[in-house]
Amino acid sequence: MTLIDLANPTRFLALTARVLPWLAAATVLLLAIGLYQAALAPDDYQQGATVKIMFIHVPNAWLSMFVWGVMSIASLGTLVWRHPLADVAAKAAAPIGAAFTFLALLTGSLWGRPMWGTYWEWDARLTSVLILFLMYLGLMALWRAVDDPSRAARAAAVLTLVGALNLPIIKFSVDWWNTLHQPASVMRMGGSALDKSFLIPLLVMAVAFTLLFVTLHLAAMRNEILRRRIRSLQMMQASRVAFSNEMGAGSRGQNASKEIGAAG
Amino acid sequence: MTALSALIRRDIRIALRVGGGALIGVLFFLTVVVLMPFAVGPDLALLSRLGPAILWLGALLASLLTLDRLFMADHEDGSLDLITMSRTPLELACAAKALAHWLAAGLPLIVATPVLGLLLNLDMVATGAVALTLLAGTPALTFTGMIGAALAVTLHRGGLLMAVLVLPLSIPVLIFGVAASQAVIVGPMTFGAPFSILCALSLVSLVIGPFAAAASLRHGLD
Repeated sequence: MTLIDLANPTRFLALTARVLPWLAAATVLLLAIGLYQAALAPDDYQQGATVKIMFIHVPNAWLSMFVWGVMSIASLGTLVWRHPLADVAAKAAAPIGAAFTFLALLTGSLWGRPMWGTYWEWDARLTSVLILFLMYLGLMALWRAVDDPSRAARAAAVLTLVGALNLPIIKFSVDWWNTLHQPASVMRMGGSALDKSFLIPLLVMAVAFTLLFVTLHLAAMRNEILRRRIRSLQMMQASRVAFSNEMGAGSRGQNASKEIGAAG
Repeated sequence: MTALSALIRRDIRIALRVGGGALIGVLFFLTVVVLMPFAVGPDLALLSRLGPAILWLGALLASLLTLDRLFMADHEDGSLDLITMSRTPLELACAAKALAHWLAAGLPLIVATPVLGLLLNLDMVATGAVALTLLAGTPALTFTGMIGAALAVTLHRGGLLMAVLVLPLSIPVLIFGVAASQAVIVGPMTFGAPFSILCALSLVSLVIGPFAAAASLRHGLD
């Protein structure tokens, strides 16, 4: 089973129908384990119980970037390999990525309120995630601007790849801008200093959220394929109706001319 | 080479003659800058502090406004199809068109900057710094904006969609352009570091822009 075998949408639908329940079950199981471990994790000596927002916030932030990477690979698939399902994958991923990015912003903002005393801080991380969110929304607007899916796919693929090239530049410049304006950063990154009692639940949650994304993405791809089938069926039906009307009008016209001829 | 220079000359001539796209950009720039004191108050000290930011925002919006015309008019009269089918590589043709657009629409903005700096109470050095950063930075705006213009023309949608797609990509240019100007006026850092990054951004967009725009035109037009 290679990637090219999946080019047939029917085969893809059959395969995902078998895989999806298992994926969903694995997601639920891992989420349950991760949440349980997160609930058992000790409170931070400074942040108290609010540190538990981290177990939701960090996986969301990680996926917000991961999904753009998935879309970039799918865009390469559209432009270079012309894989028929690549644009379906890219289109289905965009709203999910936007949702993860929004959740990362939201949980970050809720975490920031007790920690920094404000919902929003023009912190480098927050700002670049906000810009990422704007780019997701722009991409979704581009998908919606055109009716013809294959046309929209190529435009969106170009924009996704340009975005993938630009995102590191934006990240770098926002970091630079932030250090210029706020010499004392409020964000204190744990990094490797993170204790094992936090690290293990966090990793479990990260894997669980990644599985959640894969599940949602496959389901959204199925929906998109079915939506395209419905669209082409509707267009076939519409053209059939138009064609039969035309034929009917033609035969009526012939009858009319016959009658006129008879009358003449 | 002659084809490219002919393309540049033709585009500049059209931009200056028909509809006055270039001069409208300058007029828009002037209007935005004149509107600012009404929003923040006629406080000269505050205006001179905000000056570089106002000038940069005005230039960004003005260049965005004129970008819409980069491919649209050529698409309407069919000459874009001829350019696409010609033996000149489409990437080079796109770069030539963007260069012509910058000469016709971007350069007048920089020429107008000293006058507008006067209105915002900027001194000679500050105005010079802003004009220099605009000179280094506006090519980046044009060449990244060209991607948006190419996408818009293949989708038959312009205006707002293009602005939404292009504006996030221009954030780095805005950051380093304003930072370099501010470095001259208030310090504390040196002018060189942000300015050279600004030049680097322009060079990068010089490479990425034509390829992305050509890819979008090649795949999108049918």
